Amino acid sequence: MYVAVKGGEAAIANAHRLLADRRRGDRSLPAITIEQVVEQLGLAVDRVMAEASLYDRSLAALAVRQARGDMIEAIFILRAYRTTLPRFGYSEPVDTAGMLVERRVSATYKDLPGGQLLGPTFDYTHRLLDPSLIGDEPVAAPAVKEPGEQVMRVSDILDGEGLIEGDGQMPDGHVAGDLTREPMEFPMPRDLRLQALARGDEGFLLALAYSTQRGYGRTHPFVGEVRIGEVEVELDLPELGFAVSLGTIRVTECQMVNQFKGSAKQPPQFTRGYGLVFGQSERKAMSMSLVDRALRTDEFSEDIVAPAQDQEFVISHADNVQATGFVEHLKLPHYVDFQAELDLVRRMRHDSLRQSMAR
Amino acid sequence: MDAKQRLEAPPAIDRKEGMRLLARATLAELAAAWEAIADKPDVAPVRGPETGLVMVRGRIGGGGDPFNLGEATVSRATVRLSTGEVGHGQMLGTDKERARYAAVFDALFQNAAHRPAIEALHRLIAARLEAEDRQKAEETAATRVDFFTMVRGED
Amino acid sequence: MSAQTQIYAGAFADPVFAAQSVFRTLMDCFARPGTIGRLSASASPPSPLGNASGAVALTLCDHDTPVWLSPALAKSAVPQWIAFHTGACVTEAKDEARFAFVEKGAAVPGFDQFALGTQEYPDRSTTLVVEVEGLTGGQPLVARGPGIKTETVVAPIGLPDVFLDFWVANRAVFPRGIDLVLTAGDAVLCLPRTTKLSAKEF
Repeated sequence: MYVAVKGGEAAIANAHRLLADRRRGDRSLPAITIEQVVEQLGLAVDRVMAEASLYDRSLAALAVRQARGDMIEAIFILRAYRTTLPRFGYSEPVDTAGMLVERRVSATYKDLPGGQLLGPTFDYTHRLLDPSLIGDEPVAAPAVKEPGEQVMRVSDILDGEGLIEGDGQMPDGHVAGDLTREPMEFPMPRDLRLQALARGDEGFLLALAYSTQRGYGRTHPFVGEVRIGEVEVELDLPELGFAVSLGTIRVTECQMVNQFKGSAKQPPQFTRGYGLVFGQSERKAMSMSLVDRALRTDEFSEDIVAPAQDQEFVISHADNVQATGFVEHLKLPHYVDFQAELDLVRRMRHDSLRQSMAR
Repeated sequence: MDAKQRLEAPPAIDRKEGMRLLARATLAELAAAWEAIADKPDVAPVRGPETGLVMVRGRIGGGGDPFNLGEATVSRATVRLSTGEVGHGQMLGTDKERARYAAVFDALFQNAAHRPAIEALHRLIAARLEAEDRQKAEETAATRVDFFTMVRGED
Repeated sequence: MSAQTQIYAGAFADPVFAAQSVFRTLMDCFARPGTIGRLSASASPPSPLGNASGAVALTLCDHDTPVWLSPALAKSAVPQWIAFHTGACVTEAKDEARFAFVEKGAAVPGFDQFALGTQEYPDRSTTLVVEVEGLTGGQPLVARGPGIKTETVVAPIGLPDVFLDFWVANRAVFPRGIDLVLTAGDAVLCLPRTTKLSAKEF
């Protein structure tokens, strides 16, 4: 039962005022600017964009600042903002093969066309706190070198031998679903699952991906490749009759290659899991690709034996805005519910005492 | 081909390519180009400028069937010049002023008298983008791993 | 006027406030079936779409609402006009349409050919926007139902002869069914699926 309770306006107003004060912090320090967040906390901005499912660096940075660095709160704010904007259309699918690559590594081939490009990675750093970053010491400009040959997709290399399944095809006539328009239903086709995973919580997907490695639904994965870079976004303009480019966005793509023994329907081959995420986040893209593969049990006649393979479990709990909304609502007033429960427990206690005394 | 060569021998830029370039122009580039235009026509709004969303799609496995990746903010405008041309501008982000400029220049591009000035703007933007992309590619290339194999044993 | 010019002209001069005002009128008219509401904002869509129907399209249609158009409207500049100003695309399948537009004097398809929604989602139905000769002065019909205190009389001119049969059949599938907006000049009259209509007895 819900009963409206009034009151607390002054407390709420003062709480918000206090929040604004704490957010600003020590006034003798300069306020952090949106540009500073975009430039210097770029990966936080990327995570907010990915999980809010809205690509806009400035707005994501504003959300990070407004949320005092609480990532899920920032994601929530940005997700709420997107509902205020009209939908102009669906872009042409981005062409990740034509990406302006900023990083590309493969764990399956050492010498592949385009090479191993490390890019701005934390890999091979020593994870030692760097005291030089306490201040603002000059940072050297990046080294440069003549670019080499075109960066080739690893899946195309394996595909030449016919040992790997192709890029994912949906049944004929299938129209890509849109979670933002239709309620979720299970079983959910792979295109919708990928949309849900792309906006899913990085920590949740990481944990699930890890669980598949620890034996909860083994997938025998190799990173075919991870690439980060800019892709063009094109929108078809009906009034002109052609698609125009709107600019570029940075995405991270992971092609996970998985060994597959084969089944009655399919010969032994490599299967694939796919990850594509807004911004620079290879942890998320890799986790997504592992979970994508784990969820494809029906396609490969695999038994569902682990949480990561259960699409209703994974997809229903991947969205951190939904999750935080539900968990955090528990702190809101439940006075009446609790009074009713209290009453019930008192009566049960009373009855059980009476029965034991009667015995 | 470096930026200088490109300026000397400009490839023909069609309307679609022009719109691609205008979508990447900075506000400063657009405002300066507008300042430089003599006998400016009057500009009337037809739609917008307004900000909305485009659902960005990817492909399963990189090259398979499409799926919806997530949305991006887009600003767009449509304008009509007093000389009759209708122009469209659209770009990622929430900057409506840039979208309006892009629409104006798309309209001016269709006007023979103004076309050379707009083509010069296109080339200016193209040269900057090429230099930026080149710089990024060179920085990435410097992080390429050069493997060398160490031989052990006698044979 | 060239086709190109027709597409870009004729939308609301002040899109946000005009759409809000038209929406308010439509909402009030749906809440009080039979009331005639005058639209305070005007649109000039390409012919043969009427001005009030055009204003309804600008207010209610968007990228997520496929629109069905009568054959004459589909052949005109109206599909491009609606697409440009609202983002809605035109569909040939009546049962996929969220909105359907019929111009004055054109044949009105049977209501059951449109989307009627489902028992679970009765809202996934088509709203028909039909332009008629006039909203008063025709054959009187008695309207009863939610939003009408006892009964009220509606008397549009130019409805098809079979209209009452269509409407009774539409009532019979409740909670499924279409909703209807009649337009004439700058005015609208709304009939939600909850309204019961019967011929006036003399």
